[in-house]
Amino acid sequence: MELPLDYPTLRLIWWALLGVLLIGFSLTDGYDLGVATLLPFVAKTDAERRLAINTIAPTWEGHQVWFILGGGAIFAAWPFVYAVSFSGFYYAMFIVLAALILRPVGFKYRSKRESKTWRGMWDWALFIGGFVPALIFGVAVGNVLQGVPFRLDGDLRSYYEGGLFGLLNPFALLAGLISVAMLVTHGAAWLIVKAEKGPVRDRAAAIGQRTALATIILFVLAGVWLAVAGPGYRFAGEVDFAGPSNPLRNAVVAEPGAWLGNYKTYPLTMIAPVVGMLGALLAFLGIRAKREFPSLAGSALAIAGVISTVGLSMFPFILPSSLDPNSSLTVWDSSSSHFTLFFMLIVTVIFLPIVLLYTGWVFKVLWGRLSTEEATSPSSY
Amino acid sequence: MIDTTVADLSRWQFALTAMYHFLFVPLTLGLSILLVIMESVYVMTGRQVWKDITKFWGTLFGINFVLGVATGVTMEFEFGMNWSYYSHYVGDIFGAPLAIEGLMAFFLEATLVGLMFFGWDKLSKVAHLATTAAVALGSNLSALWILIANAWMQNPVGSTFNPDTMRMEVTDFAAVIFNPVAQAKFVHTVSAGYVTAAIFVLGVSAYYLLKNKNVGVARRSMAVAASFGLASALSVVVLGDESGYTLTDNQKMKLAALEAMWETEKAPAGLNIFGIPDVEERTTHNAIKIPYVLGLIATRSLDGTVEGILPLVAVAEERIENGVVAYDAVQKLREDPNDISARETFEASKRDLGYGLLLKRYVADPRQATKEQIQKAAWDTVPNVPVLFWVFRIMVGIGFYFIALFAGSFYFASVQQSAPRWLLRLAVISIPLPWIAAEVGWLLAEHGRQPWIIEGVLPTFLGVSSLNAGQVMGTIIGFTALYGVLAIIEITLMLRAIGIGPYGHKATKPAGAAAAMIDR
Repeated sequence: MELPLDYPTLRLIWWALLGVLLIGFSLTDGYDLGVATLLPFVAKTDAERRLAINTIAPTWEGHQVWFILGGGAIFAAWPFVYAVSFSGFYYAMFIVLAALILRPVGFKYRSKRESKTWRGMWDWALFIGGFVPALIFGVAVGNVLQGVPFRLDGDLRSYYEGGLFGLLNPFALLAGLISVAMLVTHGAAWLIVKAEKGPVRDRAAAIGQRTALATIILFVLAGVWLAVAGPGYRFAGEVDFAGPSNPLRNAVVAEPGAWLGNYKTYPLTMIAPVVGMLGALLAFLGIRAKREFPSLAGSALAIAGVISTVGLSMFPFILPSSLDPNSSLTVWDSSSSHFTLFFMLIVTVIFLPIVLLYTGWVFKVLWGRLSTEEATSPSSY
Repeated sequence: MIDTTVADLSRWQFALTAMYHFLFVPLTLGLSILLVIMESVYVMTGRQVWKDITKFWGTLFGINFVLGVATGVTMEFEFGMNWSYYSHYVGDIFGAPLAIEGLMAFFLEATLVGLMFFGWDKLSKVAHLATTAAVALGSNLSALWILIANAWMQNPVGSTFNPDTMRMEVTDFAAVIFNPVAQAKFVHTVSAGYVTAAIFVLGVSAYYLLKNKNVGVARRSMAVAASFGLASALSVVVLGDESGYTLTDNQKMKLAALEAMWETEKAPAGLNIFGIPDVEERTTHNAIKIPYVLGLIATRSLDGTVEGILPLVAVAEERIENGVVAYDAVQKLREDPNDISARETFEASKRDLGYGLLLKRYVADPRQATKEQIQKAAWDTVPNVPVLFWVFRIMVGIGFYFIALFAGSFYFASVQQSAPRWLLRLAVISIPLPWIAAEVGWLLAEHGRQPWIIEGVLPTFLGVSSLNAGQVMGTIIGFTALYGVLAIIEITLMLRAIGIGPYGHKATKPAGAAAAMIDR
């Protein structure tokens, strides 16, 4: 059967959709992670805690599906990436999952009992469920940018030769801090929008300004690092964009500084880092003035810009290998088959707009500032 | 060769996390539908008591739902973490239903469940009912896509091995989606979920009636649960998934194993209702048979043959020999993709490639295998006969018991208007049974799939990640500890919510009394 879109185009579309998924997750569940991380700092009393929690209580569950869909879509469209990354980052993934498992039960079970110890325990669970994934996602991206120590054998079985603590190198920790700063800013912006005027919102504003500034500074620092000491990879020979998905067919070499190459070749891609920084600046100004729209729009733009910057810097690489560069997974050799990519695109084109439609409806129903009175009523968490 | 310790531990971990996940799934599947029924009655009659009923069961639904969601997250990533080679080998096909599940079903369920709990005062009656219905639709569609993925592991249709990418690739998505095993499994699993919820509602309501608490809510709930449960229990048994058991060699083997039927019998085969399977002697002692029944349910005909274990092992041996030929062709194609004669050999023998891979357990290169190793590998295709034999009987026994329980409850709750105390007590102590039936059902389906992770395509021991035993053990301990604590908290909260009941601590508060008055 002749498909209306050729293989290279579909691979490119699915690379972009991978970005859409990551950004979709960070824009929605990102503020849930941010609010959970902020919980012990912006809310001191039980009523304040419930106010903060209930700004995200009705919607976090739907947001988490972005994460799950991310897993499923990577499995379906980039099976090599799914197979290599999650088995390689084994304990890191386990920690993320354990932290994320604490979150739903934290929300649902916290206010089922009056006991102070009980509620204090779940507040900790929620904090861990917010802070730990936010940090580890960033650390993972920091490692991917440097190349991951894995290799593929002739059967295309992957072997990972690095430990959990190898992941905690300085650049990866810097990337982890960017992730935390960015998502906490987004969480603070959400509290500015959603929480009633009072101490929770004031404290969120005070912290959010600082994390917005920190996002800009750390992001620039990471860029400088990439330019000066930075890793990078490129193809060593000709690449068949429509070739079979077998990473070993393409020769790859490590070339320091190569991650900045795309910005020289395609200057238009500079939009991504610029949007990231201007977004964070807008968030800073908006949160400082406690203005809802610029706060949230700014933090959202910051997230979209920063994630796009990572993707565009590495393109066409998705998961470079530091151990055996030839095993590196790229857009042109680690996707699903032509037919699967096409079929999944059709499914996405039909269902993603529907998802956005009812998500929008839910936001419309829940529109408006949350009061302490409502947050502490028996029907709230 | 692959270290089978890692494979064994990875299997334990998957079984542990999947079976734990499935403690919460069936109740979600069924209770969501029951909530739609209850809330529909509220919307149609406008009577407060039905709103109280809906909200009360909704609270219990919520406590259960979060753990289903929390443990489902693990499942989505566990393939990549522990079954990395599997993920590479079949991601082209298997990933699609998982992704579609997220996009089409789980988003719907999870996005609207928030409004279901928080939207009572923000939505009109009809809009809230629509939200509840969307949650029910989402969770049931979610089961559909997960079972399409699972059925493909049992009956891998619509795909072929590609030597250029060293993996299975899709040839026909329609065949994957309309896989007959998926349809049988979907109906069976979803009905089993409905039964679970019906038993749960029936048992909790019976508890209230025994204590003479919340009578208005309990009697109405019991009537709904009894009729819904009776229909569902009949559907589980009548539309059991045995019908899919004649399609493939492994499914046939599973059927022969759960019957402990060593030799092929003259059609239609009888059904063993009791027996002691003897793996050493390859026979079943003290078998008590009902004539014709197995042939009838498995082949839906009087003349269809149900094959025995021994002839199926002989088939496996032949397929392994042919699989070695396919393996050889793949190796040649890896050296030279343009080798035309190897391509032809491969096309002719690729159906048995997976059987050749079974030999990797004994020898690094299947082409070097001895006749003895081939025979050993052929016997590996026989799953654990005594375990399958007994879990099948436990599951079916519980299934028939439910029909009787629901029929009794339906008669007394609807016709007689009140149930005798012995029946109420029976309903309370029956609460754990649907969970036991569901868990042994999965044990039957997946333990019976062994030695395959994808039937006939990839042996389980080859599917694992390149991890060491310590790493897998570490996460097993981690998940067990975390899940154990959460299970205790969940059950405590569930019991507490049941103790509090629909009207708060004092069972006959004014609202409750008023509701009970309307009731009479």
